Amino acid sequence: MGKLTIPEQELMRPGHMGCLGCGGTLAMRLALKAAGPDTIISIPACCWAVMPGVWPNTCMGIPMLYTAFEVTGASISGIRAALDAKGKKDTNVIGWAGDGGTFDIGLQALSGMVERGTNALYICYDNEAYMNTGIQRSSSTPEGAWTTTTPVGTENYWEQGRKKDMISIMVAHGIPYAATANVAYPEDFVRKVQKALSIDGPTYLQIFAPCPTGWKSQPAKSIKLAKEAITSLAYPMYEVENGVYKINRKPKEQTPLKDYMLKQGRFRHLTEEFIEEQQKMLEANWKRLLKLEEITNEE
Amino acid sequence: MSKHQDIPLTPINTESSEKVRTGDWRTYIPVFDAEKCIKCYICWKYCPDAAIKVKDEESLPEWDLFHCKGCGICAEECPKDAIEMILEEVE
Repeated sequence: MGKLTIPEQELMRPGHMGCLGCGGTLAMRLALKAAGPDTIISIPACCWAVMPGVWPNTCMGIPMLYTAFEVTGASISGIRAALDAKGKKDTNVIGWAGDGGTFDIGLQALSGMVERGTNALYICYDNEAYMNTGIQRSSSTPEGAWTTTTPVGTENYWEQGRKKDMISIMVAHGIPYAATANVAYPEDFVRKVQKALSIDGPTYLQIFAPCPTGWKSQPAKSIKLAKEAITSLAYPMYEVENGVYKINRKPKEQTPLKDYMLKQGRFRHLTEEFIEEQQKMLEANWKRLLKLEEITNEE
Repeated sequence: MSKHQDIPLTPINTESSEKVRTGDWRTYIPVFDAEKCIKCYICWKYCPDAAIKVKDEESLPEWDLFHCKGCGICAEECPKDAIEMILEEVE
């Protein structure tokens, strides 16, 4: 005990505009600790577009470029090209977008950036809806969730589609490194950011970031909830390096999905049968991951 | 009184957010019991507001109440229950 397990330097200053118990701000704090001061970050419209502070204040200890919603991938390709032209090959370039700006609006720019082979890291902090504009559904929103555009009333219009599998989309691009992470495991996330930055090529990270405001959960429970997302198999933590899968955390004991879901107001309208169906779907996905890990690690 | 013409066309943030008081968002305030602390720094690690300071690897964590929003993650995650959230009295 008494030893810091993650870098001490603090590049995200206090005084930002993030809500209480925000997973997205914790993710940024950890990412900047891992990346260090020689980094340029590009952020589109998302919670992080407003959280650095009201002009002229900013909580960012590194240069930040604020871009349009759909161009995070293109903007980091441009920043990389400019830095390379100036001979600054060692400066890290990070694109930082929410799930709306990654799964929906920024998907084509991200795909283009990976296809071009830009040497940059793209991080998506996944809070499972458009939280900044007021909790509208995105294609990352899990099935059954309430949002302001998938309301629950006398008729149920809650989220119908399945959550989009972004890691598989990235792997299909032949990306050198893609991984999911979780704010409850800072050491793992710091390692993944540093590993991704050390790779010469496009890399993609997706970090699970609880949003108490949008999920109608208690701010203090954010970390507990994030841990439960792993043990209930709702959000597996794994990495894919050159097509080889590795699951970073296999829960010793699976916890019921019901416990995880009913801690959040956005799921409280769901029936037991519906949650059971979801659990079966997640278990099937988990089996698929285990198989993928087995197959890709052969030879 | 500054006018809107004084704002640059491309606003560039130059000031630190550290002077912004976010401590007044708080409803519950963390109360720290130093005797129970084992210096594992889990509270520091999980603070989304970077409002817990650790000087070096020997010292106790310190709360920056000018910025602490009182989310209670530190109290929830402390393995020794050394932090308690209590309703803050405001004059």
